[in-house]
Amino acid sequence: MKAIIKSRLFWPILVLMLILLINLFFDSSFFSMEIRNGRLTGSLIDILNRGAPLILISIGMTLVIATKGIDLSVGSVIAMSGAIGAMTVASADGTGLGPLLMAIGLSLLICTFVGGWNGLLVSRVGVQPIVATLILMVAGRGVAQLITGGQITTVYYDPYSFIGGGYLLALPFSIFIAAFVFLIAVLLTRKTALGLFIESVGSNPDASRLAGINSKNIMLMVYMFSGFCAGVGGLILSSNVMSADGNNAGLWFELDAILAVVIGGTSLMGGRFYLTGTVIGALIIQSLTTTIYSIGIPAETNLVVKALVVLIVCLLQSPEFRRKVFGFGKVKGAGEQKGKEGATLL
Amino acid sequence: MAEQLPRLEMTNIVKEFPGVKALSDVQLRLYPGEVHALMGENGAGKSTLIKVLTGVYPIDQGTVTLEGNPVHISSPLKAQEHGITTVYQEVNLCSNLSVTENIFIGREIKKYGRLAWKEMHQRAEKLLERLQLKIDVTKLLSSYSVAIQQMVAIARALNVSAKILILDEPTSSLDRDEVQQLFAVMRQLKKDGLAIVFVSHFLDQIFEITDRLTVLRNGEWIGEYKTAEISRMDLVSKMIGKELEEMEAISSKNTGNTTESTQSFLQADEVGLKGKVEPFDLEMRKGEIVGLAGLLGSGRTEMARVLFGADKKDKGKIKVNGKEAHFSSPRNAILYKIGFCSENRKTEGIIPELTVRENMILAIQSVYGWFRYLSKAKQMKIADEYIQLLNINPANPEQLIKNLSGGNQQKVMLARWLVTDPDLLILDEPTRGIDIGAKTEIMKLMTKLSKENKSILFISSEIEEILRTCDRIAVLRDRKKVKEFDNDGKLTQQDVMKEMAGGG
Repeated sequence: MKAIIKSRLFWPILVLMLILLINLFFDSSFFSMEIRNGRLTGSLIDILNRGAPLILISIGMTLVIATKGIDLSVGSVIAMSGAIGAMTVASADGTGLGPLLMAIGLSLLICTFVGGWNGLLVSRVGVQPIVATLILMVAGRGVAQLITGGQITTVYYDPYSFIGGGYLLALPFSIFIAAFVFLIAVLLTRKTALGLFIESVGSNPDASRLAGINSKNIMLMVYMFSGFCAGVGGLILSSNVMSADGNNAGLWFELDAILAVVIGGTSLMGGRFYLTGTVIGALIIQSLTTTIYSIGIPAETNLVVKALVVLIVCLLQSPEFRRKVFGFGKVKGAGEQKGKEGATLL
Repeated sequence: MAEQLPRLEMTNIVKEFPGVKALSDVQLRLYPGEVHALMGENGAGKSTLIKVLTGVYPIDQGTVTLEGNPVHISSPLKAQEHGITTVYQEVNLCSNLSVTENIFIGREIKKYGRLAWKEMHQRAEKLLERLQLKIDVTKLLSSYSVAIQQMVAIARALNVSAKILILDEPTSSLDRDEVQQLFAVMRQLKKDGLAIVFVSHFLDQIFEITDRLTVLRNGEWIGEYKTAEISRMDLVSKMIGKELEEMEAISSKNTGNTTESTQSFLQADEVGLKGKVEPFDLEMRKGEIVGLAGLLGSGRTEMARVLFGADKKDKGKIKVNGKEAHFSSPRNAILYKIGFCSENRKTEGIIPELTVRENMILAIQSVYGWFRYLSKAKQMKIADEYIQLLNINPANPEQLIKNLSGGNQQKVMLARWLVTDPDLLILDEPTRGIDIGAKTEIMKLMTKLSKENKSILFISSEIEEILRTCDRIAVLRDRKKVKEFDNDGKLTQQDVMKEMAGGG
């Protein structure tokens, strides 16, 4: 039991379950799923489907934060990606896949490139991550508005809707995209030494350099990956609504993504990162939003409630707080922790 | 003195951590006006005893009396109220604040609710004058050398009406003159009636400054001795608990086996970096240990960093195995089979958030690149092997390295480079702050490596160590290589020191 409580994933998972159970309380059919027109439907699927962009962006954000950085530009990159994608297919019609592939390729390429721009500023020029990405946060949205001419551009090209609205094996296609990117990220970071290098650079960049790690390239890579993830997320969002909105697409996404990462247990101080935790964090945020709409709380309270839940999760994760409030193994717990330090300080 | 009431008496102290008995039945007596050394190897329990005394850890059993009255020290704050203050090995000050702010932080002097800066500056100046230091107290702490920062830390400790001052390895980052300066201060404080606990791994310093000493080993109390009445050999054998044949085997000079190898591994030709180190020539032959002697700031670390590519040289050529090599980063140097163990373990050595295992394999993994990840089994094998070889404690490869003691962290750093099987290993003060047992291990290891035809560049502040292990010795002064000696057995510490000091 103790091992379970100590696991980093315990509290986020618990909170996620709680939120889902609250939903069940208000809506007894919440957990039910049915196949309609060959598509699996239900609230849970809905949460996964709508949460896919946030999950994607949070995965990229996790790696950036692991290097002691932060990427504030993801929201703007989402807008850029959507704008590029939508404008590429704006004049297309019919069902040919050419324009679709062109749109995907072009927008992902550009998003990865602008992520790399962040990376260059941070790793080569030495600009602080928060400043470097703030620049793109402003510039990116500006570019998106320029591309769309400040208007909402509607797409009439059918294949484009598949990215965010299509179904595969009875499941929304966006879930597959998120799962695929998650899998790639996990494989790359845990089955190769990339994860070790990222954690090393985040924990002590100077020492990492002296150990022969090319810290600059590692940083460049994580920002590029974050840009890529934001690009994919942007395509999904734009495809969902079959339009591009330079002004509002991806607004505040960077904050949700940072929250998801923090809820997942990755420290903003860099070092260790937890991709699975991040995904759960993103799901918590998404299910909160869904819950607020579905149980009839006025939509205006959305942000306040969200903030409260995030606060609760963060507090629950702090051993200090748990000890003070619940008296969890009050004496023993305290002794144990000190003991651990002490035994190793000998 | 023995008739006097001790200022502090700790008896039958027991402190247990889960699975470890850190202190069993330990005692410590301090008299006013004495410098008392706490001796023991890494893991002997010195740190724990200090932490118990300063209220960081609660004691499980035992009594503490202050001037005859039993006291219960439950927190560091309580300890301060009792006049017990500590200056730790790594200076715990804020380098981005001024000297005055550092001295008064947490107990600022206020007048009418506002900070009385003038008075604080004056008081700070006065405190530092007592330590024979005249500096501008309004300047940032970071603008001063480590030695002065240490003095500021002491001044801060003295500002609280101190009765007992604990100096935990205060000299490990000071050079010879600075140590003497510190000792002068300690003598003055002693005269003022302070009881000083002094922890240091330098035996010379122990015999120079302390009056009495308490020896601990594996958490047990071995004895209390008058410094004047115990011989060095006795003291060392009490600390490590075994006879000294092993140590003597090493202390017999290494010069007999001067390898007459003429094959050079690395050749530096007029290599220099403006503002860091003047152009120098240096040859590293295979199977040779070369010592770099020099005071702090003499350019020895800078020289090592340039050779490793940590700082890019702006002059000269480096040849490896006869061919010109271009180092633009440590990574290049590592690929040329060069390793560099930095003296700044905390900032340039360990990756605090990673485990011992991960810290060990980091360099070899970066040679392999990110794609060819060492299997977990292989990593474990490496970790277990080196934990055993270097006797790393605790012997748990999954422990976070930040939880290890300094000496053990140093061993992990050494392991990181040994794993890469380097042809040239640059060791910058590898023995600083670690105990005699581990020092001996490292010296032995160096000798062994040189027999395997590897070259070693050894930087140390302890000339004796250099004389004992090195085949050749290069001396630096004021960022310049001034002399190169062959260690032919006739060379003495005086010869080397004369060159280090210069002008003679």
